[in-house]
Amino acid sequence: MTHQSEFGPDLAEVFGPSQQDGGPELVQLLTPEGERREHPEFAFDLDDEAIKGFYRDMVLTRRIDTEATALQRHGELGIWAQLLGQEAAQIGAGRALRPQDYVFPTYREHGVAYCRGVDPLNLLGLFRGVDHGAWNPNDNNFGLYTIVIGAQTLHATGYAMGIQRDGAVGTGDPDRDAAVIAHFGDGASSQGDVNEAFIFAASYNAPVVFFCQNNQWAISEPIERQTRIPLYQRALGFGFPGVRVDGNDVLATYAVTKAALQRARDGQGPTFVEAYTYRMGAHTTTDDPTRYRLSDDVEHWKLKDPIARVKAYLTRNGLADDAFFGAVEDEANELGHHLREGCKALPDPKPMDMFAHVYAEEPEELRIQREGFAAYLETFEESHA
Amino acid sequence: MSTQKITLAKGLNMGLRKAMEDDPKVLVMGEDVGKLGGVFRITDGLQKDFGEDRVIDSPLAESGIVGTAVGMALRGYRPVVEIQFDGFVYPAYDQIVCQVAKMHYRSKGRSKMPMVIRIPFGGGIGAVEHHSESPEAQFAHTPGLKVVACSNPVDGYWMIQQAIASDDPVIFLEPKRQYHADKAELDESATPEPLFRSRTVRQGTDVTVLAYGPTVKTALQAAEAASGEGKSLEVIDLRTLSPLDMGPVLDSVRRTGRVVVTHEAHVNLGMGSELASRIQEECFYSLEAPVLRVGGFDTPYPASRIEEDFLPDLDRVLDAVDRTLAY
Repeated sequence: MTHQSEFGPDLAEVFGPSQQDGGPELVQLLTPEGERREHPEFAFDLDDEAIKGFYRDMVLTRRIDTEATALQRHGELGIWAQLLGQEAAQIGAGRALRPQDYVFPTYREHGVAYCRGVDPLNLLGLFRGVDHGAWNPNDNNFGLYTIVIGAQTLHATGYAMGIQRDGAVGTGDPDRDAAVIAHFGDGASSQGDVNEAFIFAASYNAPVVFFCQNNQWAISEPIERQTRIPLYQRALGFGFPGVRVDGNDVLATYAVTKAALQRARDGQGPTFVEAYTYRMGAHTTTDDPTRYRLSDDVEHWKLKDPIARVKAYLTRNGLADDAFFGAVEDEANELGHHLREGCKALPDPKPMDMFAHVYAEEPEELRIQREGFAAYLETFEESHA
Repeated sequence: MSTQKITLAKGLNMGLRKAMEDDPKVLVMGEDVGKLGGVFRITDGLQKDFGEDRVIDSPLAESGIVGTAVGMALRGYRPVVEIQFDGFVYPAYDQIVCQVAKMHYRSKGRSKMPMVIRIPFGGGIGAVEHHSESPEAQFAHTPGLKVVACSNPVDGYWMIQQAIASDDPVIFLEPKRQYHADKAELDESATPEPLFRSRTVRQGTDVTVLAYGPTVKTALQAAEAASGEGKSLEVIDLRTLSPLDMGPVLDSVRRTGRVVVTHEAHVNLGMGSELASRIQEECFYSLEAPVLRVGGFDTPYPASRIEEDFLPDLDRVLDAVDRTLAY
């Protein structure tokens, strides 16, 4: 029994053993053991071929992550933000999108980027230090990585307000109606911008899904430092629904996100989706989680691995054989090769590139500074000649 | 040719209206900008004529206003956001300097930020704390932003339209004490000069006085008073603070050899510091005296009963003029 105050549940109840696995509200359609579950509100409406596709997506996403981590260890990247353990949350959310939807990511949405068709090699540029974002956001409706925590949730809300003004909400045309998904983490839920995004989205009934991957850690700060109630319950206070989904269950994440996106496209406003997951790796390659968390917790979450449970489901039900798993592995190896070779071949920018695109219309004083620096550089080239 | 006499508030209102008529992508957003027409009535009547989707009353959150405007700009709109008072821009500071200013650069020019952030600035209206600030240097210091300040009704009409038409984000400073003060003749059929140009508003031979926004009027008054004492002041309305348009400034300094810069912002690291630096870099041998600055003191903005002692006025400008002439 936990203590029940007259003003509501205490922290032990919210974060105690009963909540450790997400609590009773957790939407789960595939158990860690690989067994399908029904849910009264959310159904997975795709076939087993799609599940095999999700398996492939997650394996490839994990390979992007492990290769990039290795590239950092070899000094090819300055830093890498790992997603290990969050593959299901990202693939489920990414595959629920339609082409006309728009994604506003953090800097960890490598799996969502992959779903949108962004070449994973393009993700490495900013971590290698060759640019601040290599892809064209409008090619794949996938925004640039945003490093200031939570800032992109406001951009997502404003973009959704633009969709409203374009009349692309609630028309019933599946190719026209569009939604926006804003990614962020449990740490960002404490940011003012995220809370303002909730308020603006609710106030204007904007077609946006707030997709929070609660991986339990904001660098070294546990979820208990950010909130005293389950995050999804905050949504009600802002005036829209919140759902907690098993973020390690790709079927449930897909089903819940799909429903939330459709709700947005239909003109019913924002939804908060809390994908309950766990950051299996470090915050980034510069972090050392052994200083602040127990390996017991990590071991506990290993049993809930998002990829292993899909493999168990496919194997147990005879839906995939060794040839399938081998082919996926081969594909992952190819992707790894692409990333390793591609990363090392990414050209360094030229010093003069720093002056490019500061403005749409370059002011004369910046032009003078740019030309002055170019002339200065040339004096060195001459002296070396 | 038809002209009419208008205030700065009217000029801005007419300019906003014209921009909204010319381009359906132009949106106005801010606190109280709709039914109320803004606390200074700059957006008066716009919501009635353009609807709530284009003149958007916002929740009371400045970062939210600017941050959602970023998203609307990414969707292809041209948002014009109003920050109700200068001192309330700081909750939006992160969005302005980290997102608005850097989006074009970060995206290699693929994502434009055609946004205007209107800020009523400066003091002299007897307001309570946080309602009389001059934060321009904090934005002029940020690459990726352009910063302009209008000083009169006719410029208000043209400059707001030009700022809206710019594909770069523009911090648009409006001297709030001038909103409902002096009237000027507006000829809507005239051809305006480019936005990022400074302008010589009074010719003179002895001392160059540089001003922008609310201090242009102060500088002109000082020039008038000085002429009675046989001193000829040239007054330049800078209009653009980032980029600076140094051409007319340097040309003037080469003739006068003496410069006084005046602004309401604190002198320490204010625009005057940058102007003094540029002037000595470009025309060191033309200078007959050090560049002098007349600005707000390096104190927080004081209680309004003594704000006229904080703000540069005619006498303090003339005092600086005398000092530079005596050098």
